Amino acid sequence: MTKKKSIGWNFIRGFAWAGLAFLVLPTLIAVPVSLTPKRYLSMPTGDVSLRHYINLFSSTEWMSSIGQSTIIAGFSALIATVLGTLCAIGLWRISSRASEVIRGILLLPLIIPPIISAMAFYRIWVKLGLIDSYLGMIIAHAILAAPMVLITVSASLANFDLRLEQASCNLGASIGTTLRRVVLPSIKPGIWAGAIFAFILSWDEIVVALFIAKFRIMTLPRRMWDGIRENTDPTVAASAVVLVLVTISALTIYTIMTNHIRIHESSEREENS
Amino acid sequence: MLVVPLFGLIIALYAWPVINILWLGVSDPELGIQNYKLLFTKSSLVKILWTTIRVCLITTLFSVVIGYLIAYAMVHLVGRERNWMLTLVLISFWVSVLVRAFSWLTLLGRNGLVNAALVGSGLVEEPISMIRNEFGVLIGMVHYMVPYAVLPLFANMQGIDHRVMDASRSLGAGPLLTFLRIYLPLTKPGVIAASLLVFIISLGFYVTPALLGGGRVLMVAEYVSVQILITVQWGVAAMLATLLLSGVLALLYIMSRFMNIGEVFGARG
Repeated sequence: MTKKKSIGWNFIRGFAWAGLAFLVLPTLIAVPVSLTPKRYLSMPTGDVSLRHYINLFSSTEWMSSIGQSTIIAGFSALIATVLGTLCAIGLWRISSRASEVIRGILLLPLIIPPIISAMAFYRIWVKLGLIDSYLGMIIAHAILAAPMVLITVSASLANFDLRLEQASCNLGASIGTTLRRVVLPSIKPGIWAGAIFAFILSWDEIVVALFIAKFRIMTLPRRMWDGIRENTDPTVAASAVVLVLVTISALTIYTIMTNHIRIHESSEREENS
Repeated sequence: MLVVPLFGLIIALYAWPVINILWLGVSDPELGIQNYKLLFTKSSLVKILWTTIRVCLITTLFSVVIGYLIAYAMVHLVGRERNWMLTLVLISFWVSVLVRAFSWLTLLGRNGLVNAALVGSGLVEEPISMIRNEFGVLIGMVHYMVPYAVLPLFANMQGIDHRVMDASRSLGAGPLLTFLRIYLPLTKPGVIAASLLVFIISLGFYVTPALLGGGRVLMVAEYVSVQILITVQWGVAAMLATLLLSGVLALLYIMSRFMNIGEVFGARG
């Protein structure tokens, strides 16, 4: 790639950094606001205080929301990962015209606007008695997240040589053993990526939660929504910081776990293009 | 079969309920197209659709322009600086929409940081209202959408052979002419894909307009939620959902002719 040092290029580079600052800096405002010693939403002037964090972690309401969100995100990510992975392997093995149609249908939850998904869940959950329950939230989030797992695992499978599976079967291994010992280990990065994305998706999901969670279930985003609407209590700022920190930790885990593979893949892609 | 559990789950508890919702558009409160007729008789509905389209178009324009600059810089940089840029794009990609809305409310509110700075510096005498209006919604939506524009553009630009530009330069074209005549046309598929992606996602946006618009910038998704949760008019809500979904699917179809859609969604990360 040619290195340019012209004025125009530096101009573009400056603009790009300004754009990135616009993307990242405003989000950080929650950090100082959460440290304000005052009782209302404000920037700290001089002193900082952890009182809103103490308030967050000692409030039974906020803690129960954090707990509920963790349980729901954990279980929905688990279900989405298991079903999404199995499905990706299944589609990969039968790859045909029909499997492409099935894949298209399975990607619908990612494509359909969340508000429509929320309507659909709301209506059928009322009928099934799943409204405002752990099970209802977990299934809804698992359905929304499974397509993401399907995509990441399928991407891993695309790099996997089908002949390895055939070799394993020819050497006498059963399909179950082949899956467990040959296929699964080599698509691990895709599975992990899918699991982590599924967790984050559920962890900060709000639109569906607004419709199907009411009293008993009050996830962290759901409680933050109410807090933001009232727009007075700095505890919301502290909870925003916690929410983002969990997301960033999950992404960090993902990056560490798949780093070398991504570098490998991207160098391959550059060669191909 | 390994496909069955997920396929069954999605058909039974997702696809079928969605179809039921669409059906309500012509069956609630009674069978017929009375809900669709409202589009021609109720001016408030038309206004909501128009607001939605206008906000989405402006969002798309700004997101793609900002996204283009960031992607362009990233493609032409190497090493650490590029990695930093990519990391920042990805972080902002994943930050919760709620946290973003909260941040913008805090920054742009009447007693927010921006107004404090403006009043403090004497630029304005009274705080300006930057939220609870279209300006606030647009800021929030562009902020959310820029990463979605960057990723397809970046993928597209990475595939461009830079020797073409060198050839253009050595044949005597200036940098601006080379950009306009060679680079821009080569990135057209990326621009179209990014624009469609941003527009499609913006169409169904709920959280940002609801929080930053403060009820004054009513877009389709928020109106739908009001119809269901407050006035309980499923028919109208379902009719609007059908319009929304048809729009999204039609645009996706167009987009699929420019780009592998799975790749775009897969780029999330």
